Amino acid sequence: MAQKDSAPQGHGEHGGAPAVAHAAAHDADAHAHPTWKQYKWVALILLLITIVEVWVYYIPSFVASKLFVPALLIMSAVKFAIVVLFYMHLKYDARLFRALFTGPLIIAVVTLISLMFLFGHLAVRIGS
Amino acid sequence: MSASPALDHVHAGAHGHHYTTTGLDNRKIAIWAFIGSECMLFTSLISTYLIYKGRSVVGPFPHEACAPPACATALKPILNIPITSASTFVLLMSSLAMVLALAAVENRNLPKLTTGDRILGSSKLWLWVTCILGATFLGFQSFEFTSFVHEGLSIRTNLFGSSFFTLTGFHGAHVTAGVIWLGTLLAIDYKRGLGPADAINVDIAALYWHFVDVVWIAIFTLIYLIR
Repeated sequence: MAQKDSAPQGHGEHGGAPAVAHAAAHDADAHAHPTWKQYKWVALILLLITIVEVWVYYIPSFVASKLFVPALLIMSAVKFAIVVLFYMHLKYDARLFRALFTGPLIIAVVTLISLMFLFGHLAVRIGS
Repeated sequence: MSASPALDHVHAGAHGHHYTTTGLDNRKIAIWAFIGSECMLFTSLISTYLIYKGRSVVGPFPHEACAPPACATALKPILNIPITSASTFVLLMSSLAMVLALAAVENRNLPKLTTGDRILGSSKLWLWVTCILGATFLGFQSFEFTSFVHEGLSIRTNLFGSSFFTLTGFHGAHVTAGVIWLGTLLAIDYKRGLGPADAINVDIAALYWHFVDVVWIAIFTLIYLIR
């Protein structure tokens, strides 16, 4: 099939020799996209991880073990990263977009962990 | 189309794209900045849920059975993992449909020689699939909310109810906005067709849709699976 096996595609139409400024701008914005095959594999991996997540939820011995929460968090983080990198094309996109996403994400995660230490189940009871 | 391809390109650059001094399209910068801010919004809601987790005085509870006096009658754990797993699957597949819709719009001008090419190259089909899967997810969420209310859990019942309905309700509202957004793209596609010049608009909608998906990935693990 011509389309599904085609090389990664970029945005927009190209009509000939572009003006220099526009070419520079376009080069910075243009990005390769995964192929149909890659999209298919990404979906399959996401599906498999979700199945494993739900499967371990129903294993009482694993739920009782110390590995349960870290394993789920790691699987969730992997799914999160796969969607962001491949479906949102951040792997192929400009650095500024990565900064705009990862910057607030890091702040948010650090805030979440800090709040959990202050008020949540990770709270450290000093002096008790 | 003018006689000169170069002129066509310059014209497209002047009207088709909104480049800034960074060399990037300002609409894409805006959507990524918006997504960054949305990360903070949802993290605050997830933080609130996690801080209040296990601190409800009265039931129903998410993962534990509830017996009198915490509940008027004995209640099972309220979260329905099989149903939520199905809705998670639906949302993940909607993301796949969304990337296929974007690829179809970007590659509209490529020749479609086989039936497979025509299916993969149909932006209308993949936009419809994404919309339907999004609406199905909302149906699952409506079913879940309704069953919770029937089992005695409302937003006012306890800390779990307040933080759970606020978090998942905000997410549901975002999915609803996404379905409406996709519906407008579908309407444009039927009216005049979406081509490579429109790819940026579909790309922005796709980024929003995938973000809604990654938020659900976090919610599904942190709220539904971790006890």
